[in-house]
Amino acid sequence: MLTLKNVNAGYGDFQALFDVSLDVRAGEAVAVIGPNGAGKSTLMRVISGMIPATVGHIEMEGVSVLDAPAHDIVGMGIAHVPENRRLFPRMTVEDNLRMGCFMPQFRAKYEARKDFVYELFPRMLERRNQMAGTLSGGEQQMCAIGRALMSDPKILLMDEPSAGLAPVIVQQVFDLIERIRAEGLTVLIVEQNVRQVLRIVDRAYVLESGSLRLEGTADELLQSAEIQKSFMGM
Amino acid sequence: MNSKLLIAVVAAVLVALPFLGLDSYPLHLVIVILIWSFAYTGWSIMGRFGLVSLGHGAFMAVGGYVTALLWNELGLTPWIGIPIAMLCAGGLAVLIGYPCFKFRIVGHYFALVTLALSEVVRQIIIATRDTTGGSLGYTPERHGDGWSVIALQSDDRMVFYFVALAVWMAGIVIWRLVDRSMARYALEAISEDEDASAAVGVRVTREKLKVTVLSAVMTAFAGAMYCQYQMFISPDTIGGVGISLQIVFAVVVGGIYNSLGPTIGAVITLLLAEVLRIWIGTEAYCLTEKICLNVAGVPLLVYGIMLILFIIFLPKGIVGAVADRWQARNNGSVPAK
Amino acid sequence: MFAEFTEALFSIFFIETLINGLLLGGVLALLSLGLNLIFGVIDVVWICYAEIIMLGMYTIYFLHVDGGMPLILAAACGVGVTALLGWLTHRLVIGYLLQAAPINQLLATGGLLFFFQGAAMVAFGIEFRNLGVSLGSLALSEDIYLSWTRLLSFAIAAGVVVVLYQFLSRSYLGAAIRAISQDREIMILMGVNTKKLYLLTSAIGGGLAGLAAALLALQYDVHPFIGLSFGPITFMVCVMGGLGNMVGGFLAAFVFSELITIGGYFAELEWGYVLAFAFFIFAMFIRPEGLFARKS
Repeated sequence: MLTLKNVNAGYGDFQALFDVSLDVRAGEAVAVIGPNGAGKSTLMRVISGMIPATVGHIEMEGVSVLDAPAHDIVGMGIAHVPENRRLFPRMTVEDNLRMGCFMPQFRAKYEARKDFVYELFPRMLERRNQMAGTLSGGEQQMCAIGRALMSDPKILLMDEPSAGLAPVIVQQVFDLIERIRAEGLTVLIVEQNVRQVLRIVDRAYVLESGSLRLEGTADELLQSAEIQKSFMGM
Repeated sequence: MNSKLLIAVVAAVLVALPFLGLDSYPLHLVIVILIWSFAYTGWSIMGRFGLVSLGHGAFMAVGGYVTALLWNELGLTPWIGIPIAMLCAGGLAVLIGYPCFKFRIVGHYFALVTLALSEVVRQIIIATRDTTGGSLGYTPERHGDGWSVIALQSDDRMVFYFVALAVWMAGIVIWRLVDRSMARYALEAISEDEDASAAVGVRVTREKLKVTVLSAVMTAFAGAMYCQYQMFISPDTIGGVGISLQIVFAVVVGGIYNSLGPTIGAVITLLLAEVLRIWIGTEAYCLTEKICLNVAGVPLLVYGIMLILFIIFLPKGIVGAVADRWQARNNGSVPAK
Repeated sequence: MFAEFTEALFSIFFIETLINGLLLGGVLALLSLGLNLIFGVIDVVWICYAEIIMLGMYTIYFLHVDGGMPLILAAACGVGVTALLGWLTHRLVIGYLLQAAPINQLLATGGLLFFFQGAAMVAFGIEFRNLGVSLGSLALSEDIYLSWTRLLSFAIAAGVVVVLYQFLSRSYLGAAIRAISQDREIMILMGVNTKKLYLLTSAIGGGLAGLAAALLALQYDVHPFIGLSFGPITFMVCVMGGLGNMVGGFLAAFVFSELITIGGYFAELEWGYVLAFAFFIFAMFIRPEGLFARKS
């Protein structure tokens, strides 16, 4: 569904990604794991158009993503839940959800998608008139995921969904992701919480210093001595 | 070229200038440019640290009006009147600056608060029209013909030229003194990051206030000079938002980070205005009976376009851009910014 | 002295003054709306905003007096012209300065201020021009008259506030306009073309200036420098309301207008302005983030 070929990207003179190639098939959940500063967030940002790729190809269902204007990428079925959630803090939960439905082609489905999100996260229905900035960390993550789901995406990019949350809440967030998977959505997730994320995905890539080092099924990687040593402190 | 030699040559030319048989009009222009250059230099002393004041028209007006009012109403000589005017401007600067700096009013907000100050002073002048003549302007009483030390008036442009030259040079010296002082490092740190500077022991409010008062006092002095030279002031010629913007723009054009930047800015903007005014004239060219082009507006129009182009393409001003080139050539590399 | 003061305070004319202040507030509110909208979205203070209004006034004057166009139509064209000017301001100037220091953006619009003044001088000369339309006044009693122009201005200003509020809270575009001021970078993820949104906002802001122009043209003579006489007060209103905060700006407009008219009632109008400005500076010291700003 989503294919990256030899993608290079960076910020100004600083190159953050070197020749990254990966693919995500329909219905799959794929994780990209790696240490801090490996370029994981950059990878997500390149796919969703927040920063341009300097070299390489990105295709979504055979259509080039890089040739499209950045603000049209969400229209191709790619929704991005950014790092640190990035809600609009002085807007209500419902207005935040509405922003997820901004593109004209999504608007007709607004009510239906809203009902879907509220069904998935009943907590959001309770809080729908509350300012997003006043939600708890876990609720904010629900709202951010909900906002991304409003466009009825084919693939959901999640950047560090568990970052900055209390351990109890982290578990809840992973449960949420499993529920989204159960809805049949394709997911590409970036995480530092390696052990937990490998339990809910099918495959994973390991990114280090901007290059892919390893790839394999979640089970293979969970068993891998190297992974256990570098990421799980065993 | 040796820079000391260059300075000596320029100084010699400046001193010799009035003896070169310059007509009265060019000499007048040079004097006006020197006076404004001093005011612009005064502004840039604070402006270069990110303290963008749109209130300097107020200080200029205080300088001119206080001096002239004291002379006309109380017969107080400008020798005393000008220091009083400068004190008033300094006091006004503290009044507005202290709370601004204490409450961290910076950037846009500082610009707009000071803009309000220009407007307050302008409105006060207009409101007290019985004494100040309001928007029609105000003229210091003439002390008689010839020149008078006590009234600081003179018919002779030559005298004024040397006074203005001395004042302008003093302005450049003050700029350089600030540039070499410890205060500069403190203020640069403040403009980068106020909290961090405060954390390392910089007294933020105090440092900002010092430079603001200095700047206000210099501008007030320029206002008084202008008044003594032109023998006519009005809220629109030395005060208000228009003058405040004019001050900022001349510095932007010249260059804010160099001692000669404001002067270059004054030369370019004032000469341009003069040249355009004379060259284009003030006639109206009528295309049809109803549609006439009033070319008197062209200088303002060109001035506006020029400013926009400068801010977009040469934000460091002419002197800044030249200095960068110079440095790049000497170092064989491109400057970082 | 004191007796005189209390007498003045309870005089019927004082009530008239208060009402006039309220009506003036409507115009000020309208003036500040467009500026606040632009600031809220693009984070740029258009120092030349009042000059766009001035050009709007000239457009209406020119079309109505010289072109013989009906006033309503001329006003509509005025709104169109100022909307275009707003669009151009962003397209040709601010668009190139989005990464520049905020103060440079402010100064660039200052350059536009001179450009607009110069352009108006070239096209119309420096004479004061009057639309020559009077709507008369409404007699509330034998002594109290309220000008219809001011009543109309107030009504239109109030109407625009309601429409704008509905637009911002109900429509997708309105939501985007609120959102972009809170997080510019992620608007891409929502599928928002920020460039287009900026241009649209600039055009709406410009159009609001045209509306203000239509109302001001009924009350004041137009000349190339008229912007300087109500520009500063517009900025004060916006800053006092909390830059970008439209509700705050709306309330601040009334505080200002009452101060001006009350000052003008006891002394001269200029003292009213002095009072208002002095209050503004004082208010900034108590609440630097704006009198009506929410604590962040």
